[in-house]
Amino acid sequence: MTEPMPAQPPSMAEELHKPPRNQWLDVWDQFRTHKGALVGAFVFLGILLAVTIGPLLWPIDPTYIDIRARNSGPSLAHPLGADQLGRDMLARMMAGGQVSMAVGVTAMGLSVLLGTLIGVLAGYFRRLDGPLMRLTDLFLALPLLPLLLVMVMLFREALSARFGPEMGIFILIVVAIGLTSWMHTARIVRGDVLALKEREFVLAARSIGTPSRRMITRHILPNVLSPVMVSATLGIATAIITESALSFLGLGFPPDFPTWGRLLYDAVNYVQQYPSRVFWPGLAISLTVLSVNYIGDGLRDALDPRIRGR
Amino acid sequence: MFDAPRKLIEVSGLKIHFPIHGGFLRRRVGQVKAVDGVSFDIVEGETLGLVGESGCGKSTCGRALLRLYDLTEGSIRIDGKEIGDADHATLRRIRPKMQMVFQDPQASLNPRMTLSRIIGEPLDEHTNLGRKEKLARIYELMDAVGLNRSFANRYPHEFSGGQRQRIGIARAIALNPSFIVCDEPIAALDVSIQAQVVNLLEDLQEKFDLTYLFISHDLSMVRHIADRVAVMYLGRVVELTTRDRLYTQPLHPYTEALLSSVPEPDPSLATLRDRVILQGDVPSPANPPRGCNFSTRCPRVMDICHRLDPQSKEVAPGHFVACHLHDPRINEIASEVAAEQEAHQEHPTRRET
Repeated sequence: MTEPMPAQPPSMAEELHKPPRNQWLDVWDQFRTHKGALVGAFVFLGILLAVTIGPLLWPIDPTYIDIRARNSGPSLAHPLGADQLGRDMLARMMAGGQVSMAVGVTAMGLSVLLGTLIGVLAGYFRRLDGPLMRLTDLFLALPLLPLLLVMVMLFREALSARFGPEMGIFILIVVAIGLTSWMHTARIVRGDVLALKEREFVLAARSIGTPSRRMITRHILPNVLSPVMVSATLGIATAIITESALSFLGLGFPPDFPTWGRLLYDAVNYVQQYPSRVFWPGLAISLTVLSVNYIGDGLRDALDPRIRGR
Repeated sequence: MFDAPRKLIEVSGLKIHFPIHGGFLRRRVGQVKAVDGVSFDIVEGETLGLVGESGCGKSTCGRALLRLYDLTEGSIRIDGKEIGDADHATLRRIRPKMQMVFQDPQASLNPRMTLSRIIGEPLDEHTNLGRKEKLARIYELMDAVGLNRSFANRYPHEFSGGQRQRIGIARAIALNPSFIVCDEPIAALDVSIQAQVVNLLEDLQEKFDLTYLFISHDLSMVRHIADRVAVMYLGRVVELTTRDRLYTQPLHPYTEALLSSVPEPDPSLATLRDRVILQGDVPSPANPPRGCNFSTRCPRVMDICHRLDPQSKEVAPGHFVACHLHDPRINEIASEVAAEQEAHQEHPTRRET
């Protein structure tokens, strides 16, 4: 051989060469070095804990009306004040957070899943490219609000009857947002897959005999992770904001049902007198979106071995 | 030419045409004849060098042998089995026998996989080894190509070009193939590293009884490694013979020109030799010239070359040339062609043979 191996007793060699390490450990190591991502993760977890465990520690019903406290400022009884009907803002913030976060995360998940699936299929299989991309164009060309309106009109009753009013609306909104926001992901992913498909390592895998489905999971998907990650983090923000817009238009959750978007829109009328009522839901949405963006940034860096260790 | 050699690869009439789409409706307006009627055999255990200038279809030919492209026409047999029209399932079963080493070691390794996963991929696909056995095999392969075992957890970008090419070679030999297409494996490497990699390929050939198709444009390297050499020009094999014959007495004018372009290390000799310098560019493979493909640039072009495409003829045992100059029946054919043309056309054609 051109480079002779150093002669070692096998037992020593065993000790020297660590077995292949789990790659997720490497990812975690790199993620930890990204300060912004770490802070983002803490903030996101903090918000998540606040909205899930918070209501147990602050057991005021967010729909309970204490008419004497209406429009009151921060006090011991209502740390964030009360709204125009005297409902406790802190309780409403926490209840709304649950819904907003759940809608944001699931709708983003659905949209990224759909977008990646369609993008990969269109990019990888030439025969599907035309039809799937025309479908994407079709969805991009659809006027969103009328479409959502029609969807809500058609399915609200049926879903409410089947899953209960709140769960029904939740499913409807998540599906509606997911179905109308996957197109950009699909386009970006398709472009990347088209470029990746011509790379030599894909050809090498083909010469090994790797079938298409494993080719996609092993070679294509890990390499399109960065754009998917970016659109996922942006997607959470868009989903939360779209949900607020839908609630505002009366197409989302019922008016007395708090979400961050709904709180924000309710408070907009009183922004001159009680600016803090706009401030809290706005801050919550911004912090969530910002922290998710940082987490996404850190994850993208951590998942790319070429950036790792810098 | 050898005593009853066993033919491992038999290629006959191989054609790969890529469609050109154009116009408003993206209709098919033509085709690039990347490989246009190539036939050769590769004997078990030998190294067939495939040389030619850029864009002559060498790589396409090599990839077609592994059925990475669909054939337009022709047949490829490996070990007697026809794979020219085999479906995916059949191909997958044959794949372990034939592997490839790629030109660009950076591009041929997935940047998101560790070395052990890259080398382990063929094992994942074609064997049912347990975790430990697979790792043992990966280490064995890394030893065979001279990679330190402690590199197993690293990623491709952490290696130098030569090391990356070793990874590519380890992946190619993982399944104990009998045939490896080396697609310019040294073109992207430094000269000192080229020697290492070529020596490694030779060592492996000896150790594992490998048969190579060695694609290269480096004539000196091909002279070093190949047993027989095929010269390609514009999708055709113009000359195919043993290495020694090709380098001492090339017959095809293109081979002569190609060989005269190899730099001569001795300056006093370098000034003495007469270089054949070809004029013009390679014609487009989408629109090859009529008659002989080389007729537009050939220094010894004849009238017939523009009319009739020369067929590959065995002019000496094991020495195939596709050139009218070396066709013993040239005068008969020339007069036949001329007579035919005269019959077709009223006005007499010029004859210069």
